[in-house]
Amino acid sequence: MSYINKPKFQHPQLETNDLGLTRRDYEGSFTTLCAGCGHDSISAAIIQATADMSLEPHRVAKISGIGCSSKIPAYFLNKSHSFNSVHGRMPSVATGANLANKELYYLGISGDGDSASIGLGQFCHIVRRRINMLYIVANNGTYGLTKGQLSATADLGSKTKSGEESQFDNIDMATLGIELGASFVARSFSGDKKQLIPLIQAGLTHKGFAFIDIISPCVTFNNIDASAQGYKNTWENHVALSEIDFVPMREEITTSYNAGKEKEITMHDGSVIRLHKTGNHYDPYDKENALHHINQHKKQGKIATGLLYINQSTSDLHELQDTVEKPFNTLTHHDLCPGSDVLADINNTFR
Amino acid sequence: MPKLIKSSKIRTITRVNDFIVKFANVNGSGSASANKLFAKSVFRMGIPVSPNNIFPSNIQGLPTWYEVRISEAGYLGRREGVDLMVAMNEQTIKSDIDSVVPGGYVLYNSSKTLTKNLIRDDVQYLGIPLMDICLREFNHPAQRQLFKNIVYVGALAAFLNIDFKVLTAMVSEQFRGKEKLILPNIHALELGHQYATENYSCPLDLQLQAGDKTTGKILMDGNTAIGLGCVYGGATIGAWYPLTPSTSVVDSFAKYCKRLRIDPGTGKKKYSVIQAEDELAAIGIAIGAGWNGARAFTATSGPGISLMQEFLGLAYFAEIPIVLFNIQRVGPSTGMPTRSQQGDLLSCAYASHGDTKHILLFPASPTECFEFAARAFDIADRLQTPVIVMSDLELGMNEHICEPMDWDDNQGYDRGKVLDATQLEAIEKFGRYLDVDNDGIPYRTYPGTHADKGAYFTRGSSHDPYAAYTEDGDVFADMMDRLELKLTTALQYIPKPEICNEGSNTLGLMFFGSTDSAIQEVLDSLTKKGIKLDTLRIKAFPFHDSVHEFLNEHELTYVIEQNRDAQLKSLLKIECNADNDKMQSILSYNGVLPSAQRIENEILNSMQSLEGSGEVPA
Repeated sequence: MSYINKPKFQHPQLETNDLGLTRRDYEGSFTTLCAGCGHDSISAAIIQATADMSLEPHRVAKISGIGCSSKIPAYFLNKSHSFNSVHGRMPSVATGANLANKELYYLGISGDGDSASIGLGQFCHIVRRRINMLYIVANNGTYGLTKGQLSATADLGSKTKSGEESQFDNIDMATLGIELGASFVARSFSGDKKQLIPLIQAGLTHKGFAFIDIISPCVTFNNIDASAQGYKNTWENHVALSEIDFVPMREEITTSYNAGKEKEITMHDGSVIRLHKTGNHYDPYDKENALHHINQHKKQGKIATGLLYINQSTSDLHELQDTVEKPFNTLTHHDLCPGSDVLADINNTFR
Repeated sequence: MPKLIKSSKIRTITRVNDFIVKFANVNGSGSASANKLFAKSVFRMGIPVSPNNIFPSNIQGLPTWYEVRISEAGYLGRREGVDLMVAMNEQTIKSDIDSVVPGGYVLYNSSKTLTKNLIRDDVQYLGIPLMDICLREFNHPAQRQLFKNIVYVGALAAFLNIDFKVLTAMVSEQFRGKEKLILPNIHALELGHQYATENYSCPLDLQLQAGDKTTGKILMDGNTAIGLGCVYGGATIGAWYPLTPSTSVVDSFAKYCKRLRIDPGTGKKKYSVIQAEDELAAIGIAIGAGWNGARAFTATSGPGISLMQEFLGLAYFAEIPIVLFNIQRVGPSTGMPTRSQQGDLLSCAYASHGDTKHILLFPASPTECFEFAARAFDIADRLQTPVIVMSDLELGMNEHICEPMDWDDNQGYDRGKVLDATQLEAIEKFGRYLDVDNDGIPYRTYPGTHADKGAYFTRGSSHDPYAAYTEDGDVFADMMDRLELKLTTALQYIPKPEICNEGSNTLGLMFFGSTDSAIQEVLDSLTKKGIKLDTLRIKAFPFHDSVHEFLNEHELTYVIEQNRDAQLKSLLKIECNADNDKMQSILSYNGVLPSAQRIENEILNSMQSLEGSGEVPA
């Protein structure tokens, strides 16, 4: 890790996006994570994903819990507000923030300790409440900041660097998310930028609760050959469902659609996700099949990655609650206060 | 016809507008609305009344009582003794009848004969064959059961001289829109009234006379007032987890929002109520919303406060406005969930680990519940910190006569120091935790305000004035000092104590919250005995200087509170450096309000012992 500040200098020919912003406008502070940490690759993927899709940085709110994973909002999107809350409780804070202003993009960052152990209850309930957000779990199967204890996502038999072996079945966040009603569930690998970036873009665009479980190896405590979430195992055994492209709404789609070999998913705002290679063999709208697919791979010691499940017909919490169009945080005294005449009438009901 | 137990030898109590009627019922038998009907009819006759619901933590079957004090003098606190018992619960009938004062009355269901052990020779029995009447008059089994309650209210109307028109008007109002129910209810009232009139000499020596003592006032419970206060105070988000006795706060908020917070053009909602999975999530939702610029609250009670500690520390340290309503009940642990206490002062004042301190408001009436609830949002926004409104079960769930709620249309909301895009544009460098005005309150921004300026990293870890992480101990200490300064600034915004100080008295009385209802009676009674006390009612924490001054100005101050450990006294010692010898506790922690007699007796006993020791204040 390093304490040096990032230089403000930027190359004059740095590419700009549709907003005239460069990649630098999407970056954050210098990372304080260990060199080679998978989480830094996630930060890099978020930077590239948001820059490439020309998201206005200040329209994103980043919310996290506690742990190595929850630190990373500091390392991307410096122009966004960020809230590093308490351990395992990011979902409730994100729920409240989302209720206050439905117009922002909400990006929740959590880890396996944060979401699968101390915060498992809150994770389950935010899925049920269908908050419109992208919820990322940077999953390394270990507690890094407290020096390498096993987490609840570590596979049965998976070993840590200190030789501790997991005696318990793991919690699979992706299947849990699907079962509880998440309307966009993906799994990816921090080392697979090509897959991860379009998934992040699609997850941010998805209207409803989008969840990505990202295997993100801990180089310091959980990267030996016997650890399921280590680089070796993940590299060798992650099986990508398809190659995926994300075409933002504002871009003209120039390549042609190959019906036999591709699946095209049009997002709520008109953006398009294209799944190549799978053709029609995998139906991401089929919940039962998605669960089966994940479990079958697990049985064989493999990790199924890619966009596993999507459902575009559900309502988010604001729709379910039928809230007004204007964000709550812009409503004024005039909008909210019934006034003294109404109060006089109410007083009369207590006489 | 059942046998009537009458005795001409009994000298019954003769009193007008000054007695206690207690209803002993079985929980879940539908008695609550009938009993309320009785209490409200007294209120409508212009006579001060204070109903008190003593209920079990149970849905059906356990005993429940409803005690109604009627007091021409307007004494609305508890009083010992029962003058008329409506004994409707066979489980408790022995002790209920035993609790009636000599010369008092027992109204009972004479469809069953009273066993010998229930007959006292010093009370008057008023038998009404409730079961026979209902079997005869109503066909539906549920009606036969429910209308027993209405029949005894009708009988009470005859016994106590309640204006029958007042009762029928209330029934008509209650069932407006369900007209089919009005006539059978009025019929049930008439049946009771008729039976009493035909079989007893009505009214009794214990009776009501209409007056004008409640003119202009309202009869309301504190939790309903808080829910309405949240609507007026601009709350858009109420997140909660069901917990007695706080549940009705959110019920009230939701009820009034459904009426008052619907956008007329679209029919869409300008509010959201979220039933969270637990209290941690409830306060987390409020904090997320507060951070993002919406007014949000949660309501809970002691067990919920325990669960919310970590989040309260975050909101304090990261400076996020939220409003928390604590409707206190008896702890520790599950305690007595349906009894009242003022037992959470210390756990709220310093909630969470490390050096923390929170603003507490102490309403003493439903009017203040409304006012403080609405005002709490201004205070929280102004000071960017949690505000905890400390009510209790007694205040929250019982109806109280109080002044009508008031609202000044010209006073908008104080959203505090929030920078918009234009203001950010004018600033060279925004520092979220920079004390620009030297009042301890920094400026904040809502997410999404400006493309390049105003974004910051909110965290519960140590941060510098620019919200950057720091492990520099001096920077941390500066931050803690500023937070302390902020709570001093808070004194300008939180309600000042209510002081009655004649300047010549050596004794003082200090109290807060629901205890208020007993105080006037204590003072009047002591004045008659030639003893005068000054009073100070605390409305908020941290304490204003006037609290400290009051303690200094009096030789001895009695500090009345409803907990075992003298928590207010402890706070006074910690925060005002108050002299322990100048304060004497009057404590009550049996789950019910201390009566005026009890407070008075403790004061008198203490004064006697002071005299005995020669330490009587001059």
